[in-house]
Amino acid sequence: MMSTDNNKVKRDKPWLMRTYSGHSSAQASNQLYRTNLAKGQTGLSVAFDLPTQTGYDADHPLSHGEVGKVGVPIGHIGDMEALFDQIPLDRMNTSMTINATAAWLLSLYIAVAERQGFSQSALQGTTQNDIIKEYLSRGTYIFPPEPSVRLTTDIISYTVENIPKWNPTNICSYHLQEAGATPMQELAYALSTATAVLDAIRERGRLDAAAFANVVGRTSFFVNAGIRFVEECCKMRAFVALWERIAKERYGVDDPKLRRFRYGVQVNSLGLTESQPENNIQRIVLEMLAVTLSRNARARAIQLPAWNEALGLPRPWDQQWALRMQQVLAMETDLLEYGDILDGSPIIEAKVRALMEGAEVEMQRVAEEGGMVQAVETGYVKRQLVASHTARMRAIENGELKIIGVNCYTETAESPLTAGSDSGIMKVDAAAERMQIERLQAFRAARDAGEVGIALQALEDAARQGDNIMPASIRCAHAGVTTGEWSGVLRNIFGEYRAPTGIDISGAAVGRADRVAELREQTRRTGEELGRPLKILVGKPGLDGHSNGAEQIAVKARDVGFEVVYEGIRLTPEQIVKAAEEEGVHLIGLSVLSGSHLELVEDAIARLSSLGLTDIPVIVGGIVPPEDEQNLKARGIAAVYTPKDSDMNQIMADLVNIIRESNGLKRFENAA
Amino acid sequence: MLAQRALPDPDTLAESVSGRDRSAVARALNLLDDRRPEARQRAARLLATLPRERLYTQGHLIGLTGPPGAGKSSLTAALITVWRRRNLKVGILAVDPSSPISGGALLGDRLRMLSGQADSQVFIRSLACRGEYGGLSAEVWPMSLVMLAAFDIVLVETVGVGQKEIDVSKLTDTTCFVAQPASGDSIQFLKAGIMEVPHVLVVNKEDVGTAARKTLAELRASLRSNPDAGDWQVPVLSASAARGSGIEALADSLSDHRDWLQQNRLLKPRRHRFQAEWIIKRLHEEFGWFGIRALGGEQDLLAQLTTEQESPFAQYDALRERLLMNWKT
Repeated sequence: MMSTDNNKVKRDKPWLMRTYSGHSSAQASNQLYRTNLAKGQTGLSVAFDLPTQTGYDADHPLSHGEVGKVGVPIGHIGDMEALFDQIPLDRMNTSMTINATAAWLLSLYIAVAERQGFSQSALQGTTQNDIIKEYLSRGTYIFPPEPSVRLTTDIISYTVENIPKWNPTNICSYHLQEAGATPMQELAYALSTATAVLDAIRERGRLDAAAFANVVGRTSFFVNAGIRFVEECCKMRAFVALWERIAKERYGVDDPKLRRFRYGVQVNSLGLTESQPENNIQRIVLEMLAVTLSRNARARAIQLPAWNEALGLPRPWDQQWALRMQQVLAMETDLLEYGDILDGSPIIEAKVRALMEGAEVEMQRVAEEGGMVQAVETGYVKRQLVASHTARMRAIENGELKIIGVNCYTETAESPLTAGSDSGIMKVDAAAERMQIERLQAFRAARDAGEVGIALQALEDAARQGDNIMPASIRCAHAGVTTGEWSGVLRNIFGEYRAPTGIDISGAAVGRADRVAELREQTRRTGEELGRPLKILVGKPGLDGHSNGAEQIAVKARDVGFEVVYEGIRLTPEQIVKAAEEEGVHLIGLSVLSGSHLELVEDAIARLSSLGLTDIPVIVGGIVPPEDEQNLKARGIAAVYTPKDSDMNQIMADLVNIIRESNGLKRFENAA
Repeated sequence: MLAQRALPDPDTLAESVSGRDRSAVARALNLLDDRRPEARQRAARLLATLPRERLYTQGHLIGLTGPPGAGKSSLTAALITVWRRRNLKVGILAVDPSSPISGGALLGDRLRMLSGQADSQVFIRSLACRGEYGGLSAEVWPMSLVMLAAFDIVLVETVGVGQKEIDVSKLTDTTCFVAQPASGDSIQFLKAGIMEVPHVLVVNKEDVGTAARKTLAELRASLRSNPDAGDWQVPVLSASAARGSGIEALADSLSDHRDWLQQNRLLKPRRHRFQAEWIIKRLHEEFGWFGIRALGGEQDLLAQLTTEQESPFAQYDALRERLLMNWKT
């Protein structure tokens, strides 16, 4: 039954439905995209692998183990053409999660459209292109803030003029939530980022008032929706009201259409649990409600994670399930038949007002730091996020914050969903990296080297002279320049950046205080028995930039008395093993969240053994499926920690005992 | 049940260290850090076996110090690049503070010293200062000695403002102070004579412009001569680790100071003095001024200890034994 009314009810047009996907190779991802579109998906959301996101070719040493893992590898125009084979770009709406190398991937996209015979002005889609949150949370930055913001503004100026329906930047509050932000902080930092970018464009002074109003109008956002869905719903309403005000008062935009808060959503992935993973289904559905219930603050595009993301990579069937959730809400329910069903609710209004007021105070605080870029560079924002994150971890640990199946109701029957031979996740073809390297090398050999040299020189000139980077980049795309070459030129000119980490910022450690004294004593005693204080190395091999877990372990270990060497992100196994030897550590902890744990850990173990350091125990933390856990332990890894291991004190007690055992001392009995 | 790990044999270890074997350096540093009596004996043997001419006449021991946030680690990274271009092998000892409560420490200096690729000719060991707030723990000096046997340049990086700089100047040939633009502290300390005058002064972050130039001018104006340094003219330099500017000149000045020490026959006596200072520091840690006086007072001890007859550990143990015997009888 459609409706009780006899007349046909006018329904709103549904939002764009996408699935964040891409893996192994351009060819395999193309097949997946075409299948997803046939199932009713209405847009594409491209996930790139880490080498592509951080500007390395597949055959660079840092790329080892990462090629095709968290997304599709795109090394040159040949890959981009294969990715969109038989997908006419004039009719597609494509979102690309790409930041440090956004100008390059957009250039490749434009070049492919041109080769397909379309003008770039016909293109529709989004480049994420928000570098600030990369420094704060996601970690795929390359260059320092100043040249990074310049690249961002280059893309914006270029698309506003040449690709009018493109969303050149998708300011992200998504990753801020994952880094620990409260809804109020999400509002404040996302909006402060947006004003930082828009201010920079205005200051460059190349646009007239009308063109600048268009830039404001094309600014879009990428938002997270957590499980507290009433508050999240209010957060979205607060975003709409605050943005309207900023566009009007700060930027003098008269046209109400250009003041609309336009946003896409990926609902919370980090809150998805590894234990009883089927519960994630209801979490995802409830979170989707938060961004769809209000007609006046409804998402323009939604992508839902799959239920099994905390276990590993989702399979096509898992992604289909996520898409079907959206279709049921948009097409079966009556949601799209009504106006704003929350308008006029005093409870909702009060909550929205409170969030707005809190966010405005925090935005003022950021302004006092000198704006968002400065507040990131001084570490102010990271400190706030670390504090919120720590408070949240504490609340989970002491049971104040309930997570079903994790810190309460943990008893469960065995799940048939993970019982299959694939353990309920997708395995990336182990040969994907080798094949990608072969294709890349064949491509390099076949292109016109002279043309590549000229295009790279033009890119260098544009970068040095401050010209818009896009025309030279599009030329590079057509010439057959690779991702590593494009980034290499800019690395030489702009330099590379290492952002403040959570450990530069002394955050409080998590864990119940009553056990800390006992742990300190155990650490101290073991150090005495071994002749010197216990020293560990926490390393993040590979290109994955999610450093929260590693940093928490580092800070916690310091607090129970370990000397902790922490080197930040993006290290080769060679660098980590070299550091372990030089530093004389008693234990090595490796953190990998990108799914490349097997390759990277194997590499590290081989290097340790070639240096005669097999007596240093190694532990691994990350998203590691049970089967891989067995595999790692069989190769000599002393312990594997996954997101379900939330008791930090227990992990610390384990570390002490692992060190004791590997040095021939008796274990301590722990009450735990 | 696993057996306890055996300690390394000091003679073979000394041989490998002098052969510039990186793994041996790492094992030697672990041994020097080990406080068990058996390890202490082996450490003494190791130091006594290292080639004397390496320890007393070769290489360059540099102390780099300055207030937190002055950019010492970034400057070290930039210096490493220059030294590597000059084909020098580099060892770094990076000292970070420890937590007074837990005894734990976060050693993050490597993070700022990393270059793109692993370089087997650069060796970095991080150390916690372990209760010596802003100062150097007793392990630093013997460790720097082992590194000197294997590398051309050994740099000790330590945090400090004010008096604690003296610590690093007591164990290095050349002390370099890194000043922070727009921070008056270092200038006040220099003027007041609280801080010993370093051999090389550098204002980092010259890319910030006016503030850096102002600090540079103030430092030049307030510089006194160092009574220990004879006719050495202290250079006051400007550099930017971020932009890589002024680093070659800094490396040149550091090396000039070493040449100056050599020409004036000051290098060897200086290194002997470090050894004596270290022994006195250890005795002081254990027995206080009371113990030092019982051994004849600091000046007498210094005079007595500035010979190179024995290994410092052996000398230390002999003096310690003497004190304990005194009290027994």
